[in-house]
Amino acid sequence: MADLVYLIPLLPFLGFVINGLAGKRLPKPVVATIACGTILGSFILSILCFKQVIDEGAFTAVLYDWISVGDTHIQIAFQIDQLSTMMMLIITGIGFLIHMYSDGYMHHDDGFHRFFAYLNLFIFSMLLLVMGSNYMLMFFGWEGVGLCSYLLIGFWYKNKEFGVAARKAFIMNRIGDLGLLLGIFMIFNTFGSIEYADVFKNAYAHGDSTNIICILLFVGAMGKSAQIPLYTWLPDAMAGPTPVSALIHAATMVTAGIYLVVRSNVLYIMSPNASELIMYVGLATAMIAGTIGIKQNDIKKVLAYSTVSQLGYMFVALGVGAYTTAMFHLLTHAFFKALLFLGSGSVIHGMGGEQDIRKMGGLKKALPITHITFLIGTLAITGVPFFSGFFSKDEILAMAHGHSDIVFTLLAMASVLTAIYMFRLYFLVFRGNFRGTHHQKEHLHESPMSMTIPLMVLAVLASVAGFLGMPGWMSDNHILNHFLHPIVEGSSHFHPSEFFEYTVLGISIVVLAVIIFSVRNYYITKSIVPESDEAETGFSKVLSHKYYIDEIYNTLFVKPIEALSVFLHKVVDNQIVDGIVNSIAWCVKQSANLLRLLQDGKLEWYMVGMVAGVLLILVFNFFM
Amino acid sequence: MKVPIEHYILLSTVLFCIGVMGVLLRRNAIILLMCVEIMLNAVNLLMASFSTYHGDAAGQIFVFFIMVVAAAEVAVGLALIVMIYRNFKTTDINLFNKLKW
Repeated sequence: MADLVYLIPLLPFLGFVINGLAGKRLPKPVVATIACGTILGSFILSILCFKQVIDEGAFTAVLYDWISVGDTHIQIAFQIDQLSTMMMLIITGIGFLIHMYSDGYMHHDDGFHRFFAYLNLFIFSMLLLVMGSNYMLMFFGWEGVGLCSYLLIGFWYKNKEFGVAARKAFIMNRIGDLGLLLGIFMIFNTFGSIEYADVFKNAYAHGDSTNIICILLFVGAMGKSAQIPLYTWLPDAMAGPTPVSALIHAATMVTAGIYLVVRSNVLYIMSPNASELIMYVGLATAMIAGTIGIKQNDIKKVLAYSTVSQLGYMFVALGVGAYTTAMFHLLTHAFFKALLFLGSGSVIHGMGGEQDIRKMGGLKKALPITHITFLIGTLAITGVPFFSGFFSKDEILAMAHGHSDIVFTLLAMASVLTAIYMFRLYFLVFRGNFRGTHHQKEHLHESPMSMTIPLMVLAVLASVAGFLGMPGWMSDNHILNHFLHPIVEGSSHFHPSEFFEYTVLGISIVVLAVIIFSVRNYYITKSIVPESDEAETGFSKVLSHKYYIDEIYNTLFVKPIEALSVFLHKVVDNQIVDGIVNSIAWCVKQSANLLRLLQDGKLEWYMVGMVAGVLLILVFNFFM
Repeated sequence: MKVPIEHYILLSTVLFCIGVMGVLLRRNAIILLMCVEIMLNAVNLLMASFSTYHGDAAGQIFVFFIMVVAAAEVAVGLALIVMIYRNFKTTDINLFNKLKW
């Protein structure tokens, strides 16, 4: 297997090259087949890798020396272990479903081949990110997914706003990338190597410098995984086509930050301060994004803020040292969030491009499959018992409880928020009466098979994936913990008491029931439709404006930088730099004007010059 | 009696200076050409006299070459002056200032 590993990232790359170069001339079915086929190939190979890891343990496939300077060797090598195979399966598996879905969703788009080329490039970069055996290769993939994210958010580049959203995502990611890059430099400086194996082996010898490294790496994770203060790009990233939101901005790319921290868990275990920071940032993100989500009226924006909030959950788990729990939530979240996004894509498709939930309602009848799968996704994300989100979310709550009760309480409140905005979304979109135009009502239709099949597959996965990590009171065999154990050997694992677990279970069922009932009562029985943004008052106005975070950033960072640019342009460039160049030119011109007078066209004058020259030569020859 | 070499040198220097001053000071193009000829012939005279002085015929041969080249040059120069006269109706070189910038 080790000699075939290189095919896993290579196949999507080939797909990218073929579709990117020749896609315009190929018919659409061929483009889609190439794009989906390469991902399917990678998926099958990933399963083989997974099997080998289970049977024989982790292995590393070295391809060649990439950079070789003195004693430093940076290799192109793939580390196939429990963590990377799990990520590979998520990326290629969900990636394949989303490729299939895109075939239906993007079918009428002019940029069909371009879209698939970008998607394949994204899968390639993401695979490099998780498979690389050193920080350098990971950074390569990290930048690659950032680029693809930019390309895909701005996919409909003729719309200026989308282009701005793409730039915003790219620039905010760059801020994080700088932190990651500095972290990698620090690692190299401290350990003299950036191979995972070398770094983790020597970690204990350099315990005192891990804190700063961990914080720098976390800055990178903040950017990619949309944590405070770098989260504002993710909701704007919804400008891209919906499959992109599902693949990049929910299921895979945004989890790169989680992967980075879990991969470096050896370092994080030794730096409790950095872990503490991660936990508080994650907690704040979960709370703030959750509250904003309640007041959003764009179907994709609600899901985007829910993603930010769920990522905050994962970071809380990382912060309290529960790395496998974070990976567990990453897995279940990948399933149900991809499902929810694809479901919303199906709704948008059926509504003819409408994204405002105030104009939807009662879509249950027209979109039966979408409705059922979306409902499953909603139940999973809100943590209704025995759906996947229930297991992973409760595990995070239990771990938070092991850390401190305040964190636990706040996190539980965040999960109440999740339930509120998700059921609000569900009831407004699928129940009640239709609020759109007559034209939209006639146009309503269920999406084609290529779109509904991925929905169904994901719905099944979102329902059952939770059983990979059953809590102590259900079963002694936590499959995922067992599987990931070699990766996180040094981390402690907190086991809550059974009494606590039953209490939480009981309370959460009651709270969920209350939420579902009251949300239904509010939006369906009383059929209250959210007001327009202008009509909001007080705190809900603050919420619907997302705490004015964008405006604050605008005033604090964008405006001063723009002012600085104007200053540099108008004063430094136009006056100082141009001034120097222009005055040199002026000097040359003036001296030329003086010398020009010598050439006055009078022959005698030239003669005088010649004679004077000859005389001078003679004088020099004889007397000097 | 033999004329000493210094006399020849003095004579050709005087002739050459007359030529130079003529070129510098006179304004009639034909006079200018004649002054150039005076300078050339001053050099020719010097060549011939040194040739005799050293007893080497090469200098005198060289004089013939210079005379041929000078004849050709004068032909071209006069032709130019004829053309200029046709255009400007004058041979005053101070009016020929079209060559400047």
